[in-house]
Amino acid sequence: MALKKDYEDIPGTLVFDADRGREGYHLNQFCISLRLQGNRDAFNADEGAYLDRYPMTAEQRQAVVDRDWNRLLELGGNIYYTSKLGANDGITFQQLAGLMTGMGNEAYRKMMVDGGRPPDGNRYQHEWDDKGEN
Amino acid sequence: MARITAGVGCSHVPAIGVAMDLGKTDEPYWAPCFAGFEKSREWIKDARPDVVFLVYNDHCTVFDASFIPTFALGCAAEFAPADEGWGPRPVPVVRNHQVMASHVAQSLILDEFDMTIMNEMEVDHGLTVPLSLMFGDLGVDDEWPCLVIPLCVNVVQYPAPTGNRCYNLGKAIRRAVESFDEDLKVVIFGTGGMSHQLQYKRAGLINKEWDTQFMDRLTSDPVGLSQTPHVEYLREAGSEGVELVMWHIMRGALDDEVDEVHRHYHVPASNTAVGHIILANREYPGVAK
Ligand SMILES: [Fe+2]
Repeated sequence: MALKKDYEDIPGTLVFDADRGREGYHLNQFCISLRLQGNRDAFNADEGAYLDRYPMTAEQRQAVVDRDWNRLLELGGNIYYTSKLGANDGITFQQLAGLMTGMGNEAYRKMMVDGGRPPDGNRYQHEWDDKGEN
Repeated sequence: MARITAGVGCSHVPAIGVAMDLGKTDEPYWAPCFAGFEKSREWIKDARPDVVFLVYNDHCTVFDASFIPTFALGCAAEFAPADEGWGPRPVPVVRNHQVMASHVAQSLILDEFDMTIMNEMEVDHGLTVPLSLMFGDLGVDDEWPCLVIPLCVNVVQYPAPTGNRCYNLGKAIRRAVESFDEDLKVVIFGTGGMSHQLQYKRAGLINKEWDTQFMDRLTSDPVGLSQTPHVEYLREAGSEGVELVMWHIMRGALDDEVDEVHRHYHVPASNTAVGHIILANREYPGVAK
């Protein structure tokens, strides 16, 4: 019997569970390798050759090349891993959030200074469906 | 014998470390965040712990995806700050009470909490930021004013250990500490949180009301609080808010009745609600003021 995933109706949220961990393994191992300067240098010198070392899927590899931050998560990446790719590019956690939410850096930063995204209207997928968001 | 005198709950936002390391703490954005720790720094000078038992999580820095221990106890002699992608934090190397750590490891495993034993380990912002917040600015040539036993908890790959498991692990840590012969004062830190979501389209979620009830119930209803299901953290406190399970380990290690000595809450530090609380066991009135 399958485990119940009672967290799948939270909107705009991808819970990094064991299934995602399995799917994203090589992608995440690539990302974490970038925490070391020598690896960052090798990656930045020749992204393609460096990516060849990691047997990720073609889609995952394309999302890395495109720096498609949401796609990376949809394909099994975890934010703590993908943030290493962000750091390599000089992008902070907060700037990544500005990109992933589609708000842009300024609007996102202002939302946080004003107290953050409120929980009301953001707890259940149907609340987003009603607003026409996905 | 060794005694746990107090517990500290504390966020460990990486940007806080960056702000301290770059000397930005007086800037208007950061000043209110740091102001709430002034009293804590005075308090911990008086509390004078010999050992801090520090519960934190690694953020895919030292532990990659190849192995994911639920509970990993630091048993090495020392722990260097890790390079997380922007260079290691310029803070002192963390030194362990290695004899006590091996005692705790043995005691916990016989108490049926199966620790992974770490004889080599670097530490990331999850461990160094709370130390910086509580002990202030210290550079690479300084020393932290106490020894530190790190306990690293998996909260990155779902599921984290349950709140109930964490609370009971706290009780087992207390038994381990109290069966150690040396006369030592131990303060336990539970770190992480509070509400925050770093990822995907709902990033930026903050829930002050939920965070407040969490801090309230640490004194009024700690056992009930430890029963909070994971999905409630994820929904109400954001996908990364589940880090708060680590606070139950701290709380479980204290007396059933504690005094709240200090509390601080500030939004935002980067993407996160900063929460901080100091809880003291009543038999140590010297530290509860
Ligand atoms: Fe954390």
